[in-house]
Amino acid sequence: MKIRFKLFAGLTELLPPNRKSNVVELDVDDGTTIQQMIDVYRIPPRNAHLVLLNGLYIAPEARASSPLSDGDELAIWPPVAGG
Amino acid sequence: MGWNRKVLRVNLTAGTCKDEPLNMEWANDYLGSRGLATKYLVEEIDPKVDPLSPDNKMIMSTGPLTGTMASTGGRYTVVTKGPLTGAIACSNSGGFFGAEMKFAGWDMIIFEGRSPKPVYLFVENDKAELRDASHLWGKTCWETEETIKHDHHDPQIRISSIGRAGENQVLFACVVNDLHRAAGRSGVGAVMGSKNLKAVALRGTKGVSGINDFAEFMKVTTEKKKVLADNAVTGQGLPTYGTQVLMNVINEMGALPTRNHRDVAFEDASKISAEAMHEKRETDGKAQLITNAACFGCTIACGRISAIDKTHFTVVNSPKYWGASGGLEYEAAWALGAANGVGDIEALQYANLLCNEDGMDPISFGATVGAVMELYEMRVLTKEQIGVEAPFGSAAALARFTEMTARGEGFGKEIGLGSKRLCEKYGHPELSMSVKGQEFPAYDARGIQGMGLTYATSNRGACHLRSYTVASEVLGIPVKTDPLVTEGKPELVKAFQDATAVFDAAGICVFTSFAWTLADVQPQIDAACEGDWSMEKLNEVGERIWTMERQFNLAAGFTRKDDDLPARLKTEAAKVGPAKGLVSGIDKMIPEYYEVRGWTPEGVPTEETLARLGL
Repeated sequence: MKIRFKLFAGLTELLPPNRKSNVVELDVDDGTTIQQMIDVYRIPPRNAHLVLLNGLYIAPEARASSPLSDGDELAIWPPVAGG
Repeated sequence: MGWNRKVLRVNLTAGTCKDEPLNMEWANDYLGSRGLATKYLVEEIDPKVDPLSPDNKMIMSTGPLTGTMASTGGRYTVVTKGPLTGAIACSNSGGFFGAEMKFAGWDMIIFEGRSPKPVYLFVENDKAELRDASHLWGKTCWETEETIKHDHHDPQIRISSIGRAGENQVLFACVVNDLHRAAGRSGVGAVMGSKNLKAVALRGTKGVSGINDFAEFMKVTTEKKKVLADNAVTGQGLPTYGTQVLMNVINEMGALPTRNHRDVAFEDASKISAEAMHEKRETDGKAQLITNAACFGCTIACGRISAIDKTHFTVVNSPKYWGASGGLEYEAAWALGAANGVGDIEALQYANLLCNEDGMDPISFGATVGAVMELYEMRVLTKEQIGVEAPFGSAAALARFTEMTARGEGFGKEIGLGSKRLCEKYGHPELSMSVKGQEFPAYDARGIQGMGLTYATSNRGACHLRSYTVASEVLGIPVKTDPLVTEGKPELVKAFQDATAVFDAAGICVFTSFAWTLADVQPQIDAACEGDWSMEKLNEVGERIWTMERQFNLAAGFTRKDDDLPARLKTEAAKVGPAKGLVSGIDKMIPEYYEVRGWTPEGVPTEETLARLGL
């Protein structure tokens, strides 16, 4: 299945070289979870801070049990803030 | 004592400068800066006064931590009745001006009356005098700072001034200090302009003395700086990416107001984001962002210093804009960009430069341009009327509107009225995305429900800095709450409002609250100030400040109906994203909020509430 994977701020460089801006389109296996994506792309646990699946926040404890679906958009930020 | 105990009262009509003791009884109840200056204002002016008349007053005030070793202790506040809203106006700025006021030996400066001719106030420690500003009138804030420093042969002077926007009484004109920091919102610069006061120039060499328990103060401020340094947000996220990092976050959530709030996501958000500021440009191989920057005493350093692309159409023939300067910050980038559908980051930086140079609030300006572009697309406004083709997304129109408004030219005079008056004039008041006449900042009330309540109840009109529930609803600070629901938001908003009032009154930056709670601020205030400053007392001070501001607004003529959002946010559902199909639940939250506050169903504090707060 295809997903759009987005890493922002200091995580951007963890994306593959074929990234466009902060996004890559990926083929991933059915049943892949958010936590598996975090692990495969070697995102340090404390930097997988703000995780949005299709814009909705996914809490840390739910990431290992949250499988991705075809067409999903997964976006991750380290600790950031603004205002 | 964290205060100098000395107030400078400047009567511009008479041309006099007199010192008087700070009212320490009020300081004990309202702490300083926003709280204490507002207390002075509400005691001294008629709430129904015309904001641009000589009878209005304008107060520049520090807090007890301003100028001290407390991290971010460089803030000062401009308090007055705001011309954009008719409500209490309280605009807060960093930079170095606030600390310099403290170093010169003053806690606050009260301006009253109107000078018969342009003047500026020059303060050198205890000496204060009004000087002729005829040669400064018509100059920008940047030219004014440079000229005053040159005239006094002193590059160390710190200056707050108005540009041409303030002189022309653009209703969202701000007061700019240190070139690119500003008391930005509610039109405080227009009040300064109405008084023929061009600038305030300060030189203080006294330092800060009289900290109540100096050893304890040094110990606790050092500990709290470590808290900021060790926190991932204040120690790394903000200094590296600044506030602009929110552009993609809020867009991904479907809560980025776009094209005058017609949409909730912007297809070009990534092009105007913090990440884009770090990217090297194709034209010159350089990133727009040069470095970060800090205000006085700040150990976070979120500020952005950038350089515009010299080949960009806005500046290719204007070398004076090629150097490093402030911006872009998130709110400005949103208002100048997404709110208008403009995805050209260099055009945004140009507009931002002009806002800094001539003293305009980029939030209200940008949001007003969004309303103009919608009116243009509806053919209510034409090119012949406004001087330029202005569809959503036009960087050229944005640039031209900025020049026209800053300089008071043509249709720029109408933009300078703000969106409420402009939209009313052209028969579409519903297109003004504002509360109490002040334009929204960068969070959509359909996708972040708590911010809708924040806007509707903000005492200075729509504003994010009165209760930044984004911290909780989006970023999980201090705890994560669901942005799509209304449940619990009245309590959350009240808690943020009251705590923020204390941060503001202390003279520190509200960005510390990403790492500090009020429990981290309390021991710093307690060590700096004489008397008992317990958590219980500070919580009461925060609520007292908020309620005092509310009382002023009620006396000025505001009612329950003014605590509301534009119909668009209550009837036009979000089209995409997690909030798809949702509108703001403001009508449900308001009655609950009043109850939580101890106010009547009409939004009036009860006698019991007033008595509890000593009001």
